[in-house]
Amino acid sequence: MVTLPSDTEILITREFNAPKDLVYKAWTTPELIKRWWAGDHGQVTLAEVDLRVGGLWRYVMIANGGFEVAFHGEYREIVPNERIVSTDVFEGMPDAAAVNTVSLTEENGRTTLTILVRATNRAARDAQIDSGMEGGLQAALDDLEEVAISLTQDA
Amino acid sequence: MARAATTTDAFNAVAEPRRRQILDLLAQGERPVNDLVAVLGLSQPLVSKHLRVLREVGLVDVRDLGRQRVYGLNGQSLKPIHDWVKAYEASWSRRFERLDVVLEELVSEQRNAKEDGHGSDSGDRDSGGDASLGHGDPDHS
Repeated sequence: MVTLPSDTEILITREFNAPKDLVYKAWTTPELIKRWWAGDHGQVTLAEVDLRVGGLWRYVMIANGGFEVAFHGEYREIVPNERIVSTDVFEGMPDAAAVNTVSLTEENGRTTLTILVRATNRAARDAQIDSGMEGGLQAALDDLEEVAISLTQDA
Repeated sequence: MARAATTTDAFNAVAEPRRRQILDLLAQGERPVNDLVAVLGLSQPLVSKHLRVLREVGLVDVRDLGRQRVYGLNGQSLKPIHDWVKAYEASWSRRFERLDVVLEELVSEQRNAKEDGHGSDSGDRDSGGDASLGHGDPDHS
């Protein structure tokens, strides 16, 4: 579930059927990151994780179009199994940095993951939106109520 | 990129919490400004200002109804934002589906490791064996 809590933020929420230490492990272990991070967009060829405050991360992916895209950032805050704050830079657009806060909470063996993506400036926010716009949008026209609800849910 | 620019404007308009409240109210039906003022508990100039911004990006329409001017939501103009949110969501969903698969494996590995541990509970000097990151995870009880 994706919502827009403010002008410069995107909030992503998802529940997983696993305890939070395992979600944390899947989120921070290079060999595991390679298996999920690209989603349908391509293949992760490099995942470097220096998991300490001030440490760097870098993921490289061969996108389905055959071109290479890379992202990197720096860890700002780490609370094992609970929280990671890091910067996130798309190397094709180095001025457009975001700060991502990943939080994990567990209940009855299930973990709720939230990612708060905070654009550090307007250019970064617009870049996020534009990249989404180019992502091939085919959503059908939903009825008005549903549209309004999805946008205003947590105002 | 005319389309992206329009979208960005709508994003700005929607990003303000009060304006989203107004959109939420208008989603239930047209209302005159006084109605919005009463429900929101804001001053009329402030509500009018928000309505002006929403009208400028085409999210809200106004029309005369009898002697009143009523404001209504223009659903069509929300579509680009809705589309964007849906596409962004879809992209993350694919990632999360793959993460589900990874987690399923980790959970069953952990379960197996625990069962093995039960069979031979003599060697307790080293709690290794599972490929955890070694952040002193306290799942050893």
